[in-house]
Amino acid sequence: MDLNQLLALDVLPQLLKGAAVTLKLTLITAVLAFVLSFVVGFLRLAPNVWVRRVTTAYVEILRGTSAIVQLFYLFFILPAFGISLPPTTTAVLGLGLNLSAYGSEIVRAGILAIGKGQHEGAAALGLTRVQTYRLVILPQALVAMLPSFGNLLIELVKATSLVSLITITELTFSGRQMVVTTGKTMEIWTLVLILYFVMAYPLTWIVRGAERYAARYR
Amino acid sequence: MFSFEFLIRILPDLMRGLVVTVQATFGGFALALVVGLLLALGRRSGVKPLRLFCDGYIAFMRCTPLLVQLYFVFYVMPSYGIRFSALFTGILCLGLHIGAYIAEVYRAGIDAVPDGQWEAAKSLGLKPVPLWLRVILPQALPPMIPPLGNFLIGLFKETPLLAAITVVDVFGAANNVAGLSYRYNEPYTAVAVILLSVSLVAAYFVRKLERRYSPDAKRSR
Repeated sequence: MDLNQLLALDVLPQLLKGAAVTLKLTLITAVLAFVLSFVVGFLRLAPNVWVRRVTTAYVEILRGTSAIVQLFYLFFILPAFGISLPPTTTAVLGLGLNLSAYGSEIVRAGILAIGKGQHEGAAALGLTRVQTYRLVILPQALVAMLPSFGNLLIELVKATSLVSLITITELTFSGRQMVVTTGKTMEIWTLVLILYFVMAYPLTWIVRGAERYAARYR
Repeated sequence: MFSFEFLIRILPDLMRGLVVTVQATFGGFALALVVGLLLALGRRSGVKPLRLFCDGYIAFMRCTPLLVQLYFVFYVMPSYGIRFSALFTGILCLGLHIGAYIAEVYRAGIDAVPDGQWEAAKSLGLKPVPLWLRVILPQALPPMIPPLGNFLIGLFKETPLLAAITVVDVFGAANNVAGLSYRYNEPYTAVAVILLSVSLVAAYFVRKLERRYSPDAKRSR
């Protein structure tokens, strides 16, 4: 790989610009998915049967079809119904909804893992339901959920590459563009892989740290 | 908005695509099983460079997107004279990618065999081959089956990505139909329904396997 030639071709700045978009997408989607995960996760534990059924269907449908199919669905079919979203919104919404299905399972499992004794203890202290969750259940459940959410975040970084297929100029799309303009297939795809690795790998340390932290409380 | 007539007309194309999807799924999974086993054994080996290589391989595969890996193999390898068909490239990448995840399943399964079993087998003087084939694997394999089933479903859901490197799987077939007819609703809805029904049925069987092979089930039996 001739580095000088690549620098002359302005490849790296373009790819870094793409990587910045990837990071931005990851961040916004992560916030959306995190919030939705809690909403859906709690609704799946709701006392009302129909609420549970609807949210279970939501989770099964989003987990049972591929993220890329869902993105194409939003991108190509919503406009036919008169709903035209900008591509970035489509991307964030599509990835966020998809991840929220997986995230809600983490939330549900995390809450169910808290023993009955904790609920009884809170009730014996006269805490209301909201207090019970805010002061007793969630602080314990959140710690246990952290590693799984960390892993989901790594999956999200990688999943953002899918939105290159619905015309968003993130890292993978920039890579394709640069291949077309410079013809340096090998160098560019290698750089793209390295950039993804640099973004995702530090998250594995965070996951490991979170695992150790969670294990202390077990 | 939604024409069943059109849907029925494109169904044969989608079904031909589904056959390719199934080929990619099982081909990729077979490769992933082998890659995962080699990685799991490599990580247990006494040779440090081999251990480091396996750790590095797993980290790299888990931290880079499958889509870019597909592009890499499909567009870079030919300039070195290595030319695979699109489907073969897809199967190769799926296997190499998912294998990195499956290594962890093998590791967990092998680690779950109690130390006493190893010690007893060794004190009976078993050589490595019968030790693995007759003592360790018969105990390690059954608990691995449900998680492996989940990875098979996961891999199935990754196959639409192969359409990005021109494989005409079920999603690629839908893309072709949509591109020719400018009708998106029917082909993509059909793909979503097909993927959903296959993975729901598969998930049902995995849950059955889970009940059959989970350690708790054995204890209560």
